[in-house]
Amino acid sequence: MTDGIWSAILGRFTWTALPFVRAWETPTISEIIGAGAASVVILGAILLATLLTVYRAWRPLWSEWLTSLDHKKIGIMYVVLAFVMLARAVIEAVLMRMQQASAIDTPGFIAPDHFAQLFSTHGSIMIFFMAMPFLTGIINYVMPLQIGSRDVAFPLLNSISLWLTGGAAGLMMVSLVIGRFSTGGWSGYPPYTELAFSPDVGPDYWIWAVTLGSIGSTLTGLNFAVTIYKMRCPGMTLMRMPLFVWTSLCTSILMIFAMPPLTVATALLALDRYLGFHLFTNDLGGNMMNYANLFWLFGHPEVYILILPAFGVYSEVVSTFSSKELYGYTSLVLATMAIAVLSFTVWVHHFFTMGQNADLNAVFGIATMTIGVPTGVKIYDWIWTMFRGEVRFTVPMLYSLAFMMTFVLGGFTGILLAFPPLDYLVHNTLFLVAHFHNMLIPGLLYGMLAATHYWFPKAFGFRLNEKWGRISFSCWVVGFYLAFMPLYVLGAAGAARRTQAFFEPAFRPWLYVAGIGALILLAALATLFVQLWVSIRERDANRVAAGDPWDGRGLEWSIAAPPPEYNFAVVPSVAGRDPFFDGKRSGAAYAAPARYGDIELPRNSATGPVIGIVGAATAFGLVWHIWWLAALGTLAVIVAVIARSFVRDVHRIVPAAQVERETERWLRTVSAARAIPREIETTPANQGLAQVPA
Amino acid sequence: MTSSELRHTGLNLGGTGEISHEQAETGLFGFWVFLMSDAVIFALLFATYGVMLSATAGGPTPTAEYKIGPAFIETLLLLTSSLTFGMASITMKHDARPRGLFGWLFVTLLLGLAFLGFELHDFATMVGDGAWPMRSGYLSAFFALVPLHGLHVLFGSLWIVVMMVQLAVFGPDARVKLNILRLGLFWHFLDIVWIAIFTIVYLQGLIR
Amino acid sequence: MSERKTGKAGEIRSYLIGYGLALLLTCAAFAAIRWQSFAATTTLAVLFALALAQVIVHFRFFLHIRLSRSSRDDLQLILFSALIVALMVSGTLVILFNLRQRMM
Repeated sequence: MTDGIWSAILGRFTWTALPFVRAWETPTISEIIGAGAASVVILGAILLATLLTVYRAWRPLWSEWLTSLDHKKIGIMYVVLAFVMLARAVIEAVLMRMQQASAIDTPGFIAPDHFAQLFSTHGSIMIFFMAMPFLTGIINYVMPLQIGSRDVAFPLLNSISLWLTGGAAGLMMVSLVIGRFSTGGWSGYPPYTELAFSPDVGPDYWIWAVTLGSIGSTLTGLNFAVTIYKMRCPGMTLMRMPLFVWTSLCTSILMIFAMPPLTVATALLALDRYLGFHLFTNDLGGNMMNYANLFWLFGHPEVYILILPAFGVYSEVVSTFSSKELYGYTSLVLATMAIAVLSFTVWVHHFFTMGQNADLNAVFGIATMTIGVPTGVKIYDWIWTMFRGEVRFTVPMLYSLAFMMTFVLGGFTGILLAFPPLDYLVHNTLFLVAHFHNMLIPGLLYGMLAATHYWFPKAFGFRLNEKWGRISFSCWVVGFYLAFMPLYVLGAAGAARRTQAFFEPAFRPWLYVAGIGALILLAALATLFVQLWVSIRERDANRVAAGDPWDGRGLEWSIAAPPPEYNFAVVPSVAGRDPFFDGKRSGAAYAAPARYGDIELPRNSATGPVIGIVGAATAFGLVWHIWWLAALGTLAVIVAVIARSFVRDVHRIVPAAQVERETERWLRTVSAARAIPREIETTPANQGLAQVPA
Repeated sequence: MTSSELRHTGLNLGGTGEISHEQAETGLFGFWVFLMSDAVIFALLFATYGVMLSATAGGPTPTAEYKIGPAFIETLLLLTSSLTFGMASITMKHDARPRGLFGWLFVTLLLGLAFLGFELHDFATMVGDGAWPMRSGYLSAFFALVPLHGLHVLFGSLWIVVMMVQLAVFGPDARVKLNILRLGLFWHFLDIVWIAIFTIVYLQGLIR
Repeated sequence: MSERKTGKAGEIRSYLIGYGLALLLTCAAFAAIRWQSFAATTTLAVLFALALAQVIVHFRFFLHIRLSRSSRDDLQLILFSALIVALMVSGTLVILFNLRQRMM
């Protein structure tokens, strides 16, 4: 009787769902690591709550950040989320490398089941909760500034997307403390993830975290695409948009059309698991191959969702730090669009070995190789942009150069993999793992780090520490090569991916090198945080309040750093591709507006946080079969949306007088600043005003 | 300006001025984008249905389960509700008083609910015949696709109710109008999805 | 401009024409199944043609998508979506039917 009551209240929760209890009962190193991870989450949450209470920061946090609809703050929150998740996933990667290096002919220290959870969370987090929030955050911050807009098209939707992503990421963290995660990899293939083989909560955590995240990303894509389509400032024609805006647009379009297949795949898997449908099961007509097809209909465009924004960042960075106009703008735009469309035609290369006939494989193999062409065009364009430019090797530029070399290497191995007979040989080996890390670390992570270093002074008004930036950069590059080049060798020698222990002694040296590489990558992560800390400590020496530390080209540099909440005192109008760069040369930059007007901004709203938190709670209820919670949560989300539609007072006015006061103050800062030449831009002399060569 | 007014039959913001024409267009374009994203979801469920059509696992088959009569009635109900929503949009544009708009919305709501009633009855009959989703891959695909459309109609109906309440509370202000325009796009879109459903699911299933 | 002048009556007529056409196409499709007289593949082709026609009627008369400049954004969006949907659906069907055939 009491059992019935408890299961009605707590679903299928039992005490052994807690890693502490499991570690107490069977104190192996593997279980203790699990309990340790859980306590890090709990202690981290307690520490954060204590700090917020001590510094009385709850209220400002809520009213100035969490409920904010300002695209700049939402962007920053996305990036913070990405860094938190990056830290967790890198630590998991290091654990896996240590396990493999120590488990040659011995069981090692991590149990197979725990190892499977590690690679599943590592992949899921890196893709959905590190890469996606990171690029979404950067686009959120930069894109509206670049197109001369005051905000995105749908500010509230932006907040809702952030909170859905945040809620989903929270669910991932909860899975460390309560229960366990999926062991089915980041792609969650059935029938293994079906009830018959994985009856536990793991795949359910995966399903709901990914579903919430993908809904958030679809809405984000919608929001960005409409913003770019409809909110550009006067004069900003499509072919005058900065390249980062172009890549953002293509990424958004990919999000709109590529996230739905993922939603369908996870939703159908959920129907199988919760209601006993037979879509992907082994019996009664289920067909898991359909899942593989649906998943990669999403999965391949997703790769370009991740990589295109970085291409945009590199275009901006290379042009700025070469003091040259971007070479081949039109070809870069066309290449971006070509990649976006082609990315919908190659998904089969993720399952060449599934058994379809060779002609079909050949078609998709050729299509895959075709994508190399526009990508190659881009690389040449960047090289020609640097050619005869005044190249400055700042941190973002170093990342761009490292990207170009590393990415081309990864592209070569991609061409190899695109060849179906060869794919049959290295399919499901570490060769593939090496390949996609070789694409995504330079093609996403370096790009986003370059973006962070490049636009950080704009967002916070001071530069990041250059020395620690270089140290961190060196670690990311050296660590990458040491960690992943050996995997090519191992993969070609037949080492299967996702393997908990090896039995081939010849693998040992390569696994050791890869292990050292992983440790260096961990150091790279740590030095990033050191850099942030040092930079904040020395912020007063590195202020760039005038707003233009790098002799920038686009509209985002034409305003104060950090920008006012309304971005532009008057909406600018542009006549070229590099409006601010040209403006500085013609003397039109830093002109006081003739007339100020009232500015209408969206009021803060608690709708986003409410929907995100309630959505995550609903998902938690579904994971644990706590049906009352799931039902209540669904109802609450619907009620919240309806209630919000009845709110009429959604705008507030920034009076013209305030705009004038703030703009005048900034213009005084500008005229007081010393214009500096590019040679000393990384010294404290840089106050954010660029010397224009005569 | 005039050309934009042609575009959205209901767009009549002359007297309000609270939301600019441009903002209204942005709002509608955003909703179009959402609909297209939703269309991809339906398209993939159709593809899944097509793939699973032969996976009957010895259970009930399409020819045995589908009834042409109810499918026809459901189609007529939904098609007519599209017309009545169109009338609602026209009334909203040309009539300052919300009474006519209210009436047409109510008729649309009734047609939508009648559609749902017939559809539920269909499902009940099928389940009664032993054609339930857990029986075979084919039936799983059917019950993943068709009820999702029904769920959309249910949400559309709920949305109509909310808009009727808002009409009563706020009168036809700019935001209410904009939302009714979005609702109109949604409702017409559901009718288009239904064309695909009655063609690909019901009629195709009944080909001998 | 001309439509603006005809005003409410013109708009109502437009909806009624759309409704009439849609009704006609629907009835034709159901009739083609109720009184089947072609071979199965022909019937299927007829069904798909009628459905496509009806989708266009709905877009034209209910959703006001035309070839005029003013709805160009929406039209481009719809056509691009149609392209992606076609790629995804046809690809899915080709691949999975191929797999089924090879597993027989």
